[in-house]
Amino acid sequence: MTPLHSYLLLSALLFAVGLAGVLTRRNAIVVLIGLELMLNAANLNFLAFWRYGPDPEALTGVMFVIFAIGIAAAEAAVGLALILAIYRHRRTANLDEIETMKG
Amino acid sequence: MTLLFLFAAVLTIAGAVAALSLRNLIHCALAAVGAFVGLALLFVELGAQFVGLAQILVNVGAVAILILIAILLTRGGEMPGRPVIPSSRNSGLGVAMLVGGSLIATILGSRRLPDAAATVSDPSSAAAVRNIGERLMTEYVLPLEVIGLLLTAALIGAVLIAKAERGTADNSQ
Repeated sequence: MTPLHSYLLLSALLFAVGLAGVLTRRNAIVVLIGLELMLNAANLNFLAFWRYGPDPEALTGVMFVIFAIGIAAAEAAVGLALILAIYRHRRTANLDEIETMKG
Repeated sequence: MTLLFLFAAVLTIAGAVAALSLRNLIHCALAAVGAFVGLALLFVELGAQFVGLAQILVNVGAVAILILIAILLTRGGEMPGRPVIPSSRNSGLGVAMLVGGSLIATILGSRRLPDAAATVSDPSSAAAVRNIGERLMTEYVLPLEVIGLLLTAALIGAVLIAKAERGTADNSQ
């Protein structure tokens, strides 16, 4: 039986890796991938606490994660549409070059 | 620490690190798919089989494909000439390590985590699809409707944002 803190440590590590990707990479799409990984790390945390928590029959953790997965997908779609629109104007997806609000 | 957990954990972390450090963007997206599959394995091992299936359907089947399409549409297939992580961003790595380190220190130093091996029951029958459906239709019907509205709004918004305007270079008329 895997102990609870293994799942929590894995979730924290995955969150840190996603955060490192968001903060360091220059391409906007890779930043979005990092953001998705952070969301999934939080989902893993929720499910671990649901499973090892006081009342698994209440399905609270599972419900939250189902809605979180749906919301993450919607946010990824809108974010990618924004990246496409910006690329159409600036011909780049590099965050260092999309600095001004002008134009 | 079961073998399945170790395998899924290694797959997830390796996929995540690869997704955020490779040069070729398409390889990044494919490594992210590996990380999502590892997470789905972990969800199944935790007893939430429906969530694992939904993770593969949504995150691998939709979000990763969308990311690949966006990479191809923004000419991301070309390799960047400069290093992937410029040295000016090293502070970002430091911040991420700080956050990760503080989270891990909190988890390891916590005295209130339940003794999981002794007290956990087996709720694999509790998270059956039937129960999830019943909850969605009774207790959680309001969030269900709201997320339907939100997904519709996101769909319309994404289409409007990504649509070619009149007069830009992409409008071939």
